[in-house]
Amino acid sequence: MKPPPFDYHAPTSIEQALAVLAEVGAHGKVLAGGQSLIPLLNMRLAAPDHLVDINRVAGLDAVEAEPGGVRVGALARHAAVERSAAVRSAQPLIGQALRLVAHPVIRNRGTVVGSLVHADPSAELPAVLALLGGSVRLARVDTERDVAAEDFFVGPLESATEPGELAVSAFFPALGRRTGTAFVEVARRHGDFAMAGVAALVGLDDEGAVMSARVACISVGPAPVVVDVSAQAPDWKAAARAVQDRIEPEGDIHATADYRRHLTGVLAERALTQAAADA
Amino acid sequence: MTTKLFGEPIPRREDERLVLGQGRYLDDLGRQAVAAAFVRSPHAHARIRDIDVSRALDVEGLIAIYTWEDLPGLVAEPLPLLIPHPALTHGRTAYPLAKEIVRHVGEPIVMVVATDRYVAEDVCGLIDVDYEFLKPVVGLEEAAQGVHLVHEDVPGNLGAHLVQEVPARDGRSVAEALESAPHVLEFRLDIERSASMPLEGRGVYARWDADDRSLRVYSSTQTSTSVRMALAAKLGLPLPQVEVIAPDVGGGFGVKIVHPWPEEILVPWAAITLGREVKWAEDRREHFISSAHERGQVQHIKVGFDEQGRVLALDVDILHDHGAYTPYGIIVPIITATQLLGPYKIGAYRVVFSSIYTNTVQVTPYRGAGRPQGVFAMERTMDRIAAHLGLDRTDVRAANFIGPDEFPYDQGLIFQDGRPLIYDSGDYPESLRMLKELIGWDDFPAMKQAAAEEGRRIGIGVGCYVEGTGVGPYEGGHVQITSDGRVHVSTGLTSQGQGHETVFAQIAATELGVPFEKVSVVTGDTRRFGYAVGTFASRAAVMSGNAIALACRRVREKALKIAADALEADPRDLEITDGVVHVVGAPAAGIPLATVAVLSNPLRYAFDEEAQRATQFAGTADPDKAPLEDEPGLEGKDYYSPIRSTFASGMHAAIVETDPDTAEIRILRYAVVHDCGRLINPMIVEGQIHGGVAQGVGGALYEKMAYDEHGQLLNASFMDFLMPYVTEVPHIETAHLETPSPLNPLGIKGAGEAGVIPVSSVIAGAIEDAEGIPIMRMPISPSDLYDLRRATD
Ligand SMILES: Cc1cc2nc3c(=O)[nH]c(=O)nc-3n(C[C@H](O)[C@H](O)[C@H](O)COP(=O)(O)OP(=O)(O)OC[C@H]3O[C@@H](n4cnc5c(N)ncnc54)[C@H](O)[C@@H]3O)c2cc1C
Repeated sequence: MKPPPFDYHAPTSIEQALAVLAEVGAHGKVLAGGQSLIPLLNMRLAAPDHLVDINRVAGLDAVEAEPGGVRVGALARHAAVERSAAVRSAQPLIGQALRLVAHPVIRNRGTVVGSLVHADPSAELPAVLALLGGSVRLARVDTERDVAAEDFFVGPLESATEPGELAVSAFFPALGRRTGTAFVEVARRHGDFAMAGVAALVGLDDEGAVMSARVACISVGPAPVVVDVSAQAPDWKAAARAVQDRIEPEGDIHATADYRRHLTGVLAERALTQAAADA
Repeated sequence: MTTKLFGEPIPRREDERLVLGQGRYLDDLGRQAVAAAFVRSPHAHARIRDIDVSRALDVEGLIAIYTWEDLPGLVAEPLPLLIPHPALTHGRTAYPLAKEIVRHVGEPIVMVVATDRYVAEDVCGLIDVDYEFLKPVVGLEEAAQGVHLVHEDVPGNLGAHLVQEVPARDGRSVAEALESAPHVLEFRLDIERSASMPLEGRGVYARWDADDRSLRVYSSTQTSTSVRMALAAKLGLPLPQVEVIAPDVGGGFGVKIVHPWPEEILVPWAAITLGREVKWAEDRREHFISSAHERGQVQHIKVGFDEQGRVLALDVDILHDHGAYTPYGIIVPIITATQLLGPYKIGAYRVVFSSIYTNTVQVTPYRGAGRPQGVFAMERTMDRIAAHLGLDRTDVRAANFIGPDEFPYDQGLIFQDGRPLIYDSGDYPESLRMLKELIGWDDFPAMKQAAAEEGRRIGIGVGCYVEGTGVGPYEGGHVQITSDGRVHVSTGLTSQGQGHETVFAQIAATELGVPFEKVSVVTGDTRRFGYAVGTFASRAAVMSGNAIALACRRVREKALKIAADALEADPRDLEITDGVVHVVGAPAAGIPLATVAVLSNPLRYAFDEEAQRATQFAGTADPDKAPLEDEPGLEGKDYYSPIRSTFASGMHAAIVETDPDTAEIRILRYAVVHDCGRLINPMIVEGQIHGGVAQGVGGALYEKMAYDEHGQLLNASFMDFLMPYVTEVPHIETAHLETPSPLNPLGIKGAGEAGVIPVSSVIAGAIEDAEGIPIMRMPISPSDLYDLRRATD
């Protein structure tokens, strides 16, 4: 459990970081919080020739309110985002999700953007970005592009980030008027990746009737599965059935596919009920 | 005994060191040593055609590569079969490095030594092993059919087969008693694998002193004395030239009683061969696939009983998964078969086990060591009987209890120490009464009803066990009081964090009448004490505790005699208080033990002021007597060797809640009544129970070894092997009963394994009560419970 040899780079500015990434291309990997990458290296499941440690890069840890949402820099740790007042007032779903991400010690190091790039289909934050319709900003030498969540999560552990690119920030849209959110999940142990989990977003009109309802499900497909259940609202049981029809869970040593489908239905109903009550 | 420390909840003196990160574990030692790493089989069953190291030879920092062919003499022989048994007709052990065939994923094939562990692992990655695949034998029942073999020369994959039968008191056999029983039930139970999983893995660090021709080995072991003897034998070294030390050990739980591990021989051998210090510290993946597991069994049970639920006949057939090898013999299934009887006197009993080889990691004892499986069988049986008769589950148990006046009670079997299974003492009805009160057993139906009205499902479960502890053959203790008044205690068995430094000091301070702070304790260091068996089977307190007490009594007697001379008093009139020997009732006119120590060793040379008092012109000695009557020094050594084990007991109860929708299982309350005889330190006993229950919760709800049909362990990391976190372990309520053991001077029984033993049976019973679905297989996950619900719908 020792990593194979690699060249270590520790740039201190974005320009330097992008220059190194351009140079090493597909042979390099970005090291952010290291909570996913280091175990992969130690188990020799990843063997990049170059490791580009961005932890010394200045100006990447900002968490800022922007018109219409909140922007989270690449070095903002889960814990800092969880505590951020700007985030709390702009979009409570982020905090609801972060409480379910691992344990405090891991949240002290792990980054929100790293979690998005890592694109684990069981991770909470990709589901949040997908449900809200946010985006990730990818930079390479001289250019930048914003990739919408729906195009960003390509498959299990695969995002749209290309060799030579650095994800510099992610944008989470703010909560709309009379909108409620919830994130519920069931993990084997406290803080584990969930067997199933559902984030819900429910918007009401001025009369209090449901205008829109959507969920994003984790651990039941190659990427977060977003389902619009506005048509079923407010019959959340029917909505849960519609969600169950859309997901493609697989069985593993912790849970069968059938159980994951069942559980996702239960959690979808719970999440939608909570989000509606919260709206 | 004037300084009363025995029985007090003294805080553990090792904790400051261990909690502040100042422990010295194996990998903290030998920073200058070179590192070993191993190429381990990625296949469950294969023949090695060729090992090609050519790509690896140019790596900078490589020192040596060894395969089986490089090993000399006894080092190349199979590892010892530690505990032979007549029923183990086909015992098999591995070679330190695989010879021709590998039989489980993780079996070591090549040892690499390099300047550091990083380089050593790089080299391992460049060594090409060419395999011819053989059919992996996975799954206990498939293996038992014997279509494919783990060892070519072991038909049916059957390592051992043992039948034990105890007829009913009226002489009837199990078959006869079953025939005439008013009620008979028959069912099957399954228990999955788990493992000791100490936070610190195994590890060895060896130093060869070429000038002195001596070997010093540090090993993260539960038995340094036996590792030492094994090493001296394997390496052909004179025993006095080998010393083995167990430093701080970050948990053992059974896996480290196995020895010598391949690495335990290979690392010292390499150190001698290379003339360099060599170290190997096991990593987590290695621990999963290259050490040992336990618990996997399939049990078929047939029970006959009367209207009160009294068991008239019990017939148990056990398939025991032994993995690829049997280095520790058949101790685990023997314990299952014998300890299954628990606190009960039943009619006729017949137990048969077949120990089966599979292409998986070998099975050796893990805390509880076969008992959790036996207790699962018996306690599930009690619950089935109660359900069948519509009786209260505790009433059925009470109807079968051995009475408090029936000790010593002979179960008619042979225990794991080769001695008759005779319980020494206990009070099972009182334990059950205390437990029912602690958990509120009689109030539970109302509580359940109230919960149901809120749409909640809760259930209660109970489980009883008896645990044979303190197995022989012996342990020893050495106690020395030096002229500075300090008391140095040593014993040969090792410590893995149990608190031995504290309890042995409590015993010594109590026996000698000295302040606790004056006593220091060393364990597991063959330089200090060469004879020992080891730390396992909840034996350390019973064995070394009593040996140390006996050694202290010798020292005390000697101190009183010397002091009596100096005080011109009768030794029978003396006592020791706060380290001062004085006439009873006259503490002021005494003589400190420090001075007695000086007087105990007649001197020619005064190396300090105090020592002058013992020199030949000091005028303290009688000129007509030889200066030395006894051995010099205020020290003593003694051994404790019991005729047989002493039997601790306990009862647990739990209340669980199951979510009607998600099938999540939550433990709401957990209660333990525990009887380990006289308590040396109740706080340490409770700590042992808490840790044990935590491991039991792991075995009941979380842990399994997920082997696929190819013999690959799919969850060989802490990401997927789910040990409970503190968030999964309930608050544990405990009550103690103290039924002294008549077998040893201190009246104590072992407590190390107690907590883990009945947990699976208790939780299974509670889930069954909540759900109304029979729970016949553990562990159980929400996904499993969901499947069970659908199957019964
Ligand atoms: C015990 C444990 C439990 C966990 N449980 C959960 C959980 O329940 N839910 C959950 O969501 N997560 C969980 N995690 C993962 C954790 O949230 C990680 O923080 C996250 O997955 C990755 O963030 P990181 O900053 O550590 O990324 P790293 O490990 O540094 O990197 C992860 C990957 O992303 C790439 N990368 C990172 N940042 C960038 C960037 N700015 N630009 C381009 N590429 C980048 C890296 O190259 C690498 O491939 C757990 C982790 C552990 C160790």
